[in-house]
Amino acid sequence: MKKEMKAWIYLLPAILFLGIFMVYPLVDVLIYSFEEGYNFASQSFEGYGLFNYSYVLHDPYFLQALKNTFIIVIITVPVSTTLALFISLGLSKIKVLRNFFQTVYFLPYVTNTLAVGLVFMILFKKTAYSDGLVNMLIHLFGGPTVDFIDGPYAAKMFVMCFYTVCIVMPFKILILTSALASVNPMYYKAAKVDGTPSWRIFTKITLPMIAPMIFYLVITGFIGAFKAYSDEVALFGTDLNSAGMNTIVGYVYDMLYGDSGGYPSYAAAAALILFAIVFTITLINLMISKSGK
Amino acid sequence: MKVVLDHLTKKFPNRNKKIKEDVIAVNDFTFEIPDGKLVGLLGPSGCGKSTTLNLISGLEKPTSGKVYFGETDVTELPPENRGVGLVFQNYALYPHLTVRQNIIFPLENLKGDQKLTKQEMNDRALEAARMVQIHELMDRKPNELSGGQQQRVAIARALVKMPGILLLDEPLSNLDARLRLQTREELRRIQTSTGITTVFVTHDQEEAMSISDMIVVMKDGVIHQIGKPQQVYDDPVNLFVAKFLGTPPINVFAARVEKEKLYIGEEAVLDVHGVADGPVTAGIRPEGFLLSKDGEFTCEPSSLEVMGRDTSIVSTHSACEAPAIRSIVIAGEEEVKLLDEIFDGVRPAPESKGKLKFHLRPGKVHLFDVSTGDRIRFS
Repeated sequence: MKKEMKAWIYLLPAILFLGIFMVYPLVDVLIYSFEEGYNFASQSFEGYGLFNYSYVLHDPYFLQALKNTFIIVIITVPVSTTLALFISLGLSKIKVLRNFFQTVYFLPYVTNTLAVGLVFMILFKKTAYSDGLVNMLIHLFGGPTVDFIDGPYAAKMFVMCFYTVCIVMPFKILILTSALASVNPMYYKAAKVDGTPSWRIFTKITLPMIAPMIFYLVITGFIGAFKAYSDEVALFGTDLNSAGMNTIVGYVYDMLYGDSGGYPSYAAAAALILFAIVFTITLINLMISKSGK
Repeated sequence: MKVVLDHLTKKFPNRNKKIKEDVIAVNDFTFEIPDGKLVGLLGPSGCGKSTTLNLISGLEKPTSGKVYFGETDVTELPPENRGVGLVFQNYALYPHLTVRQNIIFPLENLKGDQKLTKQEMNDRALEAARMVQIHELMDRKPNELSGGQQQRVAIARALVKMPGILLLDEPLSNLDARLRLQTREELRRIQTSTGITTVFVTHDQEEAMSISDMIVVMKDGVIHQIGKPQQVYDDPVNLFVAKFLGTPPINVFAARVEKEKLYIGEEAVLDVHGVADGPVTAGIRPEGFLLSKDGEFTCEPSSLEVMGRDTSIVSTHSACEAPAIRSIVIAGEEEVKLLDEIFDGVRPAPESKGKLKFHLRPGKVHLFDVSTGDRIRFS
């Protein structure tokens, strides 16, 4: 009994903090999402029901945000993971300048999102003085000017995905380089004595050995991409709805504090929808990784 | 297939970059491994034995010298074209593949004419697995197997390509003592039944002695002696080889020769004809001591170890290099009586001083040069 008391005392600080800042808000969000006709000023509501969900799911801004988020997730997670894998493979093969390249690839990770956003502005943004570096390149090949920031949806989405890949890749390269380094070289020697072609070494030995790390990156990549928001702000400013580049988290923020904000119930409903999506995708990911073993 | 190493040398750049001089891992090796024999490369760690194995397999390229398989020069051939099977110290089994998939792996790499059908691969794998008696474990993963079983899978994987030469790097060092003994016999059996030329690396002299047709004793990248185990044991060329082989190890004494007699301490213990006067290092094998009342060599008894088959006497002598002398005596009737006088149980009796005397067997006493360690022969 006394022992148990001691254990609880040790756990108390963590329980208090998690309870106040994690569990209570989570429960509160769940309750909010069912409160209909909530008035922010008087802090009163009319009753409980599913209206908030129905409103959010019929809101064109939310549907746009949902679509954007899905496109970002589906493009950036596979692209960044594959690219990171090949860059890590390259890094593990070279000997000269390895540290230099590792630093170069890691720089975006330690750089502020908004600073990277600024660089992207220089690359893509049309100003009174220039059309941006990328447009200069396009001109060089005789193409027409593309407005990447205020132009067509596809152009904006391209910049968005490009940016996201650049931001998330360094961490993946870091993880994968160490995963590759941890594969015992003895396996490669054994494969070499048996005359294994290098592609087969990669698919039959290297990949299965680092598979747990790849799955970890895919799962965290999915979760991270679903929660995308700050990257969008960095590129397109705070009025994401009018730019048509909002994400689910952006929508939640707008519903709470944006110009059209003050609707915590809608925000809560949207947040819970996001949670349901992320939860489902993660479960599917885990199931795939289990069956792969 | 016989293997010939011809003036083989391998140098590595020094790890300490300040030292320009290369490290010579293998220094001018020339020897021939006859077809179908089991050869043990034996030496203390860091002596270049694994490098030698890698040079034979092709994983390392020699700095100079040549490697021949049969009559063919394979020095420039990459490992996959040499037709060698290599078993690694930690087995290097692919953990995500089953035993069957592991054994089949080398076969799936075959190209062109050598390409096999699925059925043929399975048959070959099963055949190899049967040879090492793991055919009932084909669908297990390596981590579900014991160390000894993993070892066998690794051997099966090396054998499945039907290589001309089988190379094993410290094959027994990852097994526990009992399994080591068992696997040792097993290795010998597999080698005999396949008749495949086999080279294995070990630092354990007992292991090498017990199963090899031929042993190569090396130190610091240099071959010290090549020969049949018994021959090397009986007739070591220098002090290093004499000390490295045998358990318990040879007893080494600071001695001197005066008028063709060998003196250890103040006692003339043996006639040594043809040896010049002067200090020598004398090595006496544990079985070179014959317990006798009127022996020439007197030691200080310290304890008795009875091991059933024979009796080991532990004693001391001021001229001995080691703190204790171990001598193994066959305890006949007379010897038992004598031992009873000297020892009270396993401890020396109170009145035992000066009573422990030995005759020495000339064939078990080896003399070495004090500075070079080279053998000095006598008759």
